[in-house]
Amino acid sequence: MGARMSENAGFRAASDQSLLIYFGQQITREASENVRKLLRLLEREPIPGVRNLHPAYCSLLVKFDPLKLQHSELEGILRACLERMQSMDLPAPRVVDIPVCYGHEFGPDLKEVAALHRMTEAKVVELHTAKEYLVYFLGFVPGFAYLGELPEALVTPRLATPRRIVPPGSVGIAGNQTGVYPFVTPGGWRLLGRTPLAMFQKDREGLSLLAIGDHVRFSPITRERFVELEQQARKRPSSERGAFMPQPKVGSREASAQEMPGGKPA
Amino acid sequence: MNQIQVAAPGLLTTVQDLGREGFGPLGVSPSGAADPIALRIGNRLVGNPEASAGLEMTLLGGTFVFPEGAVAALTGSDFGAMLDAVAVHAWASFGVKPGQTLRLGPTRSGARCYLSVQGGIDVERFLGSASTHLLSGLGGLDGRALRKGDVLNIGNARGPSATATRKISTKTLELFAPRKILRVTPGPQSDWFSGAAQRTFYGATYRVTEEANRMGLRLEGPAIPEGAHRHASGEERGDASGEERGQMISEGVSLGAVQVAAGGQPIILFVEQQTTGGYAKIANVISADLSSLGQLRPRDEIRFEHVDFATARSLLFGQERLLGSV
Repeated sequence: MGARMSENAGFRAASDQSLLIYFGQQITREASENVRKLLRLLEREPIPGVRNLHPAYCSLLVKFDPLKLQHSELEGILRACLERMQSMDLPAPRVVDIPVCYGHEFGPDLKEVAALHRMTEAKVVELHTAKEYLVYFLGFVPGFAYLGELPEALVTPRLATPRRIVPPGSVGIAGNQTGVYPFVTPGGWRLLGRTPLAMFQKDREGLSLLAIGDHVRFSPITRERFVELEQQARKRPSSERGAFMPQPKVGSREASAQEMPGGKPA
Repeated sequence: MNQIQVAAPGLLTTVQDLGREGFGPLGVSPSGAADPIALRIGNRLVGNPEASAGLEMTLLGGTFVFPEGAVAALTGSDFGAMLDAVAVHAWASFGVKPGQTLRLGPTRSGARCYLSVQGGIDVERFLGSASTHLLSGLGGLDGRALRKGDVLNIGNARGPSATATRKISTKTLELFAPRKILRVTPGPQSDWFSGAAQRTFYGATYRVTEEANRMGLRLEGPAIPEGAHRHASGEERGDASGEERGQMISEGVSLGAVQVAAGGQPIILFVEQQTTGGYAKIANVISADLSSLGQLRPRDEIRFEHVDFATARSLLFGQERLLGSV
């Protein structure tokens, strides 16, 4: 088993200071487990000269100091890690509940998603809240969790034209994924609702509400409950509220200096 | 405590050091100076450790009052700085007397200018770094660009006195001059792009658009044909059928990655980059040329030159040796 793992993993230089490890080219629970096992091993026993790790669905990008390491050398070290990680156990997943107010101005795409699938809005909400999702990884922006998989009946293509501004807390779906936008960003996912919870908070242990490997359940709340929870969050001193969420003024020079040309937004 | 008063912030001025590495699993990109070579040299000129925090100004500089004076240096692009009524030379340390005002204007060369002060800019650290991360509103001064009326604290100075001016020779500066021909190594999906696509990419001139900032630089120029996107894994690359078009699965992206978006226009990911992405990468800017990216302005024209990994490595070693000799 161990030998097969090392042979089946693919390595590819991404830049002169990073190396990608692929566990196949398909999004599977097995590939995701391998990503999480390797991440856990490298976080517990850091390789000298490795600077950063970017986990994703079925790959891990390892960024290193090019003055200290080379691709071939790092690949050798990582191959040995792949053998060792086979006997590792992943911790039992935490289950995190995220309250969501569906529809209204919070979920501007709920109506269209329902129409696309020829079901009622209530059915969309029922399907979205019925499953426990896996946090495959955090990426794109701080605290953005890629959650999967949506029930088959809810699989929906992303918007043809992404929104320029998605409010923080927005809960969206795209393909068979779902996720919550932590910050004001552009975004192409279809928005079903919004959570009053802060997804990424400066003074919180772990910073991000969600971590890789967590399980997530969405539960519907009323508009009144949303306002109540939001006010509770506001009442806390600003140091506890955490991340300042910039509201870019569209068209201002400062806003244009902060737009995101990073390409495919989540 | 010694301070800097912000009389005018400039277009986009942020506190930056060399960034925070190690938080990719949280989706947090390192941020840090867009032209780290300029910041490192500025810090050396005023006697700071290389990674101390300074101010990064963009296209239009600010106006700063020093109530108790300071030892300072300006590096990067020339923003036409004046200390009260006297022009200030860039790439050299200078003394600021109590009550003097440092005024910077619009750029006369590249995109960014750095102000380093002896003792460094003292802000609360977030994840071990003073760097501002604009998108998430974290780090730096309240996670945002400077505003008029802000007051910045200067850390405890332990460097040489104001009278001992240090400067960089013109000859050395030429060796660090920002490049418009960016050297790149192949990206992880280079072989997804056809020969014609590669020829377009390496042969054409690309223009930096207005959408160029700390997150990334969107370019415009001849469209790069997408070609047949095949699975990138070793096993399937040997598959001669070529029938099956692969699906790009989101993966970790590296600093300086050149991704080709819909429509065939390239985007270079920069210091405040998204940590993962779903576009194919045709190339990646080499480490030694990343500082040059920080000096590119909208409408600048650039080209790409292919180098192999060994060359990229030796160029970086050469650059570090040179920095060590400054």
